[in-house]
Amino acid sequence: MAHAPTSSFKNPVVNWIDQRLPVFTMMQKEYGTFPTPRNFNYFWNFGALAMFVLATMIVSGVVLAMQYTAHTSLAFTSVERIMRDVNWGWMLRYIHANGASMFFIVVYIHILRGFLYGSYKKPRELLWILGVVIFLLMMATAFMGYVLPWGQMSFWGATVITNLFSAVPVVGESIVTLLWGGFSVDNPTLNRFFALHFLLPFVIFAVVFLHVAALHITGSNNPLGIEPKGPQDTLPFHPYYTTKDLFGLSLFLIFFAFFVFFAPNYLGHPDNYIPADPLVTPAHIVPEWYFLPFYGILRSITFNIGLPFSDVVLIDAKLGGVIAMFASILIWVLMPWLDRSPVKSYRFRPIYKWWVLMLVVSFAMLMYAGGKPAEQPYVLVGQVGTFLYFLFFLGLPVISSFERPLPLPASIAQPVLGGGRVGAVAAAKPMEKA
Amino acid sequence: MADTMHGGEEHTRRDFLYLAAAATGGVGAAVALWPFVSSMNPAADTLALASVEVDLAPIQPGQAIKVMWRGKPVFIRNRTEDEVKQAQAVGLAELIDPQTDADRVKAGKENWLVLVGVCTHLGCIPLGTNSGEAKGDFGGWFCPCHGSHYDGSGRIRKGPAPKNLQVPEYAFLTDTRVKIG
Amino acid sequence: MRRLRTLILAGVLGLTGAAGALAAGDAPVPPAQEWSHGGVNSPFSMFKTFDRASLQRGFQVYKEVCSACHSMDLLAYRNLEEIGFTEEEVKAIAAQYEIQDKTPNDQGELVTRPGIPADHFKNPFPNKQAAAAANNGKAPPDLSLIVKARSHHEDYIYALLTGYAEAPADHPVPEGTYYNKYFPGHAIAMAPPIYPDGITYGDGTKATVEQQAKDVTTFLAWAAEPHLESRRQTGIMVMLFLVVFAGLMYAAKRRVWADAH
Repeated sequence: MAHAPTSSFKNPVVNWIDQRLPVFTMMQKEYGTFPTPRNFNYFWNFGALAMFVLATMIVSGVVLAMQYTAHTSLAFTSVERIMRDVNWGWMLRYIHANGASMFFIVVYIHILRGFLYGSYKKPRELLWILGVVIFLLMMATAFMGYVLPWGQMSFWGATVITNLFSAVPVVGESIVTLLWGGFSVDNPTLNRFFALHFLLPFVIFAVVFLHVAALHITGSNNPLGIEPKGPQDTLPFHPYYTTKDLFGLSLFLIFFAFFVFFAPNYLGHPDNYIPADPLVTPAHIVPEWYFLPFYGILRSITFNIGLPFSDVVLIDAKLGGVIAMFASILIWVLMPWLDRSPVKSYRFRPIYKWWVLMLVVSFAMLMYAGGKPAEQPYVLVGQVGTFLYFLFFLGLPVISSFERPLPLPASIAQPVLGGGRVGAVAAAKPMEKA
Repeated sequence: MADTMHGGEEHTRRDFLYLAAAATGGVGAAVALWPFVSSMNPAADTLALASVEVDLAPIQPGQAIKVMWRGKPVFIRNRTEDEVKQAQAVGLAELIDPQTDADRVKAGKENWLVLVGVCTHLGCIPLGTNSGEAKGDFGGWFCPCHGSHYDGSGRIRKGPAPKNLQVPEYAFLTDTRVKIG
Repeated sequence: MRRLRTLILAGVLGLTGAAGALAAGDAPVPPAQEWSHGGVNSPFSMFKTFDRASLQRGFQVYKEVCSACHSMDLLAYRNLEEIGFTEEEVKAIAAQYEIQDKTPNDQGELVTRPGIPADHFKNPFPNKQAAAAANNGKAPPDLSLIVKARSHHEDYIYALLTGYAEAPADHPVPEGTYYNKYFPGHAIAMAPPIYPDGITYGDGTKATVEQQAKDVTTFLAWAAEPHLESRRQTGIMVMLFLVVFAGLMYAAKRRVWADAH
């Protein structure tokens, strides 16, 4: 504590700063020499991609905020002024709008990676839980951001989602009035949503920092799900994973740019180009695609839950839907304890492999049903999807208890290099120094 | 020996590749940043109002009006013949910011004085446009903030302001119509 | 691993498909038309641009027909320079309209004056309530964004304008409405707006109903997405750059990893 750390950077300015505040030493430790499992596949690119999208959203959001007016009478036209009159405004707004979709695509794949390779397991439970917190914050941020253009879907989406809270017994109505700051979604609501939409990304940024800090305590998981046993199992983060992440980023940017420049409204809804009108409800209110699975769960609870053989209703359909929707995400928190298998990666888990496929299929079913009108057969598809979705979590303790995992490799280096080629890596080492 | 040669070539090529990739990425990032900066420049609707047209017909000799231009007031005064003569008679030696009256008006339209109504000291709006307002010691404008006096040509004569009132870019479209900006 | 990748791909495609399917409504799907610009939402029309002559004719249709009832609040007269009108022509067009100043003059009166290019298109009604009152209780929608605000975009607008017909015996429409094949519910309050030779085109093009519908829809598409062309041009440059960058990064990554295997 008492001694200033000794740094040995060639640049005297860097050295001077580093002795007083060792940011460069830290960067080198965490992103330079950081020992990283050598066997990552491209699933491991998505964390870095999510970080990139978050930065893009914050930067584009700040410049958009300079032009946006959070008032019910001006919000819609101020967005259209951005689209028409502000220099490059159309591009910034399309980056921001499609960036939200990109963020969810990237994060969903990132989460799927966690499910597939058991990244939630000891010792990474807290890392996983912080991830769930980030996801919840993202949902709140995206929802409030979608309200800001003040189109028909903005307004009616806000009305429907805030009304969810009215399902809470006794205090529900008071909560909704508090959220609205009035008796309907109106100017006070728009103003606070703007304030929170500006604030929350920085909260996300802070939690991401903790998420990464926790990651660097435990080290990364890897496709085999076995911890590195020594230097032969790892590579320094730089240049190996910096270049790999940048290559992944370049591919991702092609995908992103395609939407921004050639299909910017493809993932949006036409109704949001109609200014909000509290007197006319759109024929068919749907949230953005990334909320559809959870919306599907919400709508699947079409029945009251009561005491058997009586008329006593314990939870009505409305409250049941709300509970199911929130539970569907909060249950992720329990993953480290629901899964009792000692093995992490799906590759060595003959039953879990199919079990996680069921989760993906149920998610797809819910996404499909969530985007369809509330009528048959879509309601049934949603209900089956909801059942399978929760079956994944609630059945996991059982299947993971009797599942017989396949034998694990001795180390990461062994299957990657093959038995006979262990010598080859030793021979390659001197070249690195050269 | 041959092996070393080969290794050296390999290294040069590798360094070039890394350099090319880094340079491309750097240039791309810099170019991508431009729209974000550029968005803060005046937007098309703002630029569309960068010039205004003013009808001068209702302004009687001796009167002046204020019009808004680019968020700032512009003073337009229809000077009487006496006022024009007075302004022309001032010697350059008496002036803090020497400029002839002819340099501040359009030839043949000497009675029309068009000025940006912002004091060159610290940006206050000088008095003297509306009838009844203090015109200062030199019969032009008077800035109440720090006591700058401007003459009948809008030139600074007394007080802390360093420069004459600015003449905006303007042109006569017809005898009674000007376009400012 | 391969199976997994296929699965993810299928998932991503599935959800984009789901989003696309949302757009389907009750009325029949309007037939796809050929558009000079390929459609505002068409992803694979990178190199297509608006037909300038059609845009100008379309503006004429809007001005002489639609603007009697429909506002286009988001457009300013100055925007017309982007579709090929000269500065002088735009000034002349703007000056045809009496615009009321938004701020009162020194006497506290709201004066009207001839329009200037910076003014927005004059609204045919002073406010939404007046528009509704004059049109059987429902204000005609603003047309600035109409092409982006309807599913099937240009195709729908064109189909609607050309989709008037005699009401079939099994589907009578209420008094004061008109039968339209493509309007949801088929009973539309708007009378058939365009007629053969209802207007005379300045450039001599024959003003058939189809021609007018096509021109005005093209104009409305431009109005909804005025930066369509620069969006696509920028996109092509960005794509070219990204492909080169991705190639370089791939090569660099391979080089770096060459000694790790």
